[in-house]
Amino acid sequence: MSNDVLVYVEHLEGAVTDSTFELLALGRGLASVKGGELVAALVGSGVESLAGELGAADRILVVDDERLAIFDPQGNARVLTTLVRDREPAMVLVPYTSQGMDLAADVAVGADLPLVSFCRAVRADGELGATVQLYGGKVEADVVVDADRAVFAVLSGAASAEDGRSGGAGNVEQVAVDVGDLAIRAAGVTLPEAGDVDIATQEVLVAVGRGIESEDNIEEVQELADALGAAVAASRPIVDQGWLPKTRQVGKSGLKVKPKVYLALGISGAPEHVEGMRDAATIIAVNTDPQAPIFGVAHYGWVGDLFDLVPELVDRVEGE
Amino acid sequence: MNIAVLLRAVPDPVEELELNDEGTDLDRDFLGYVLNEFDDHALEEALLIKEDVGGTVTVFAPGNADEVDQILYTALAKGADAAKKLGDDLGLLDAHAQAALFADALSGGDHDLVLCGVQASDELDGQVATLVAAMLDRPHVAVVVGTRPGDGSIRVTKEYWAGITADYDVDLPAVLGIQAAREAPRYVAVAKIRQAQQAGGLEEIDVEAPESTARVKVVEMRIPEAGEGAEMIEGDEEAAAERIVEILRAAGVV
Ligand SMILES: Cc1cc2nc3c(=O)[nH]c(=O)nc-3n(C[C@H](O)[C@H](O)[C@H](O)COP(=O)(O)OP(=O)(O)OC[C@H]3O[C@@H](n4cnc5c(N)ncnc54)[C@H](O)[C@@H]3O)c2cc1C
Ligand SMILES: Nc1ncnc2c1ncn2[C@@H]1O[C@H](COP(=O)(O)O)[C@@H](O)[C@H]1O
Repeated sequence: MSNDVLVYVEHLEGAVTDSTFELLALGRGLASVKGGELVAALVGSGVESLAGELGAADRILVVDDERLAIFDPQGNARVLTTLVRDREPAMVLVPYTSQGMDLAADVAVGADLPLVSFCRAVRADGELGATVQLYGGKVEADVVVDADRAVFAVLSGAASAEDGRSGGAGNVEQVAVDVGDLAIRAAGVTLPEAGDVDIATQEVLVAVGRGIESEDNIEEVQELADALGAAVAASRPIVDQGWLPKTRQVGKSGLKVKPKVYLALGISGAPEHVEGMRDAATIIAVNTDPQAPIFGVAHYGWVGDLFDLVPELVDRVEGE
Repeated sequence: MNIAVLLRAVPDPVEELELNDEGTDLDRDFLGYVLNEFDDHALEEALLIKEDVGGTVTVFAPGNADEVDQILYTALAKGADAAKKLGDDLGLLDAHAQAALFADALSGGDHDLVLCGVQASDELDGQVATLVAAMLDRPHVAVVVGTRPGDGSIRVTKEYWAGITADYDVDLPAVLGIQAAREAPRYVAVAKIRQAQQAGGLEEIDVEAPESTARVKVVEMRIPEAGEGAEMIEGDEEAAAERIVEILRAAGVV
């Protein structure tokens, strides 16, 4: 085995994602603790030009295969597994994102390594370990792995993307990997249609979660938003129910927002939601559950019923 | 199309959680369990596929909580054709152990498709859906938000972020990690669940809890202090509204 830290480079539509830069920043620190190299695995078709953005890594392994022009859950996993088996890095960092969720467990099984999910922090001093978030963010745990090598699936926000952004490529090494026959073939990427309100540019967002209980109740919150000149945003279940359009969804699979004020009503604060709104300047959370993890990222919190509060707020805001 | 759906009972996210005396796990004595929300979407997508092209839906769940019977009967009431409980009183199972149970139950079966929620809140050591796929050596796609069954393959839509999706053609048999069904999961009346219960039809498969291969150990668990670092507003809704308007004023938005 080596002391290297291998980071999977996530990219889509020709752009390296922030999650990757976060992992590079995290991996940099871990590699220096381990005394190994920070190695980036860049997989795709015609992607070598992206290596120029990966200067944080000492070495960039480029695997080029035209069948992987669009991320392929099976093909990309096979490539990563092969690299991990051949190079035997001490640590493998995969983003806990839509792409990483296809890779992490597959690589762990394929290379026979322990896997730690939901990582918020990763440690390499002494035993390999991590701090993870469980039960929708309600519980935090320190864990260690019973092995000297492991795969870590890392939540967004574990390190600063800025710290991982650095030009001037390290050593670029072309690696040939035979992906074999693929049972999964990409048929095309669909980009979102523009239209509706752009919640990413709003100064104030009134966001609702499952605590809103029914589609009809959204009207009450819309009234508050109108009084504030704000837009209504939502957590994922509200969008999955079809109560608000996808364009209003905040979080991992929705949009990242940074308003001046984010008012979270009846949102528990699962990590997938929080990663979309934690950079708001002022976060006010309202939830009946005093243990709701949303209170951990909020600047102001009130434990109580949103249906009691909202009419009171509408009255007062309209009176301003 | 013969579809297997993997269901898991997870601690109810709205319940108050407490830790055991050692501080290494939840105190499970009085913990309530519910169906993992993404598994409910997996079941819905399976039922929709069956409605599209015919076939069967079989649901599987490890018997590791009292609520599992209710979860399986609910699936039958919604339209599943068969329900299998894997073991009874198995106690705490990590993701690797759950995946091993499922993989064992599925091996030798003739399921064209295995659907499972994309993640569960207790998957410290990796996602069950991907682990099952890896153990069965079948192709797998995670974060699926819709399917269109074809002949020998299935077209799936995988979600990335910010509204970006990609479509894939996946040869069968395959395993899919469902994030959201095409439609919101159907509601089923309590009376129908009771009917299903009275009709019986839950098959118990006698299995032992498998050895886990997880190799991840919890050293310390914590329930973060509520509102750490936040100003918690005291008082009733009037006091709260009063204070929130002050905060909005200070932020310059009213
Ligand atoms: C790959 C992946 C991507 C995801 N992407 C996203 C994403 O982009 N965005 C997202 O939001 N989620 C996302 N999720 C889902 C996420 O895991 C959670 O399921 C979701 O955020 C929960 O939404 P919620 O807080 O509205 O619901 P819940 O967790 O059910 O919380 C509802 C809250 O409302 C409170 N409540 C109930 N009644 C009231 C009342 N009357 N007054 C006040 N409070 C009340 C409850 O105490 C509870 O805390 C994703 C999940 C996965 C696996
Ligand atoms: N609103 C957005 N617009 C563009 N890219 C985004 C947006 N939200 C997330 N991303 C990208 O998606 C990657 C994965 O997101 P996440 O799952 O939040 O870590 C991030 O690193 C971003 O680069």
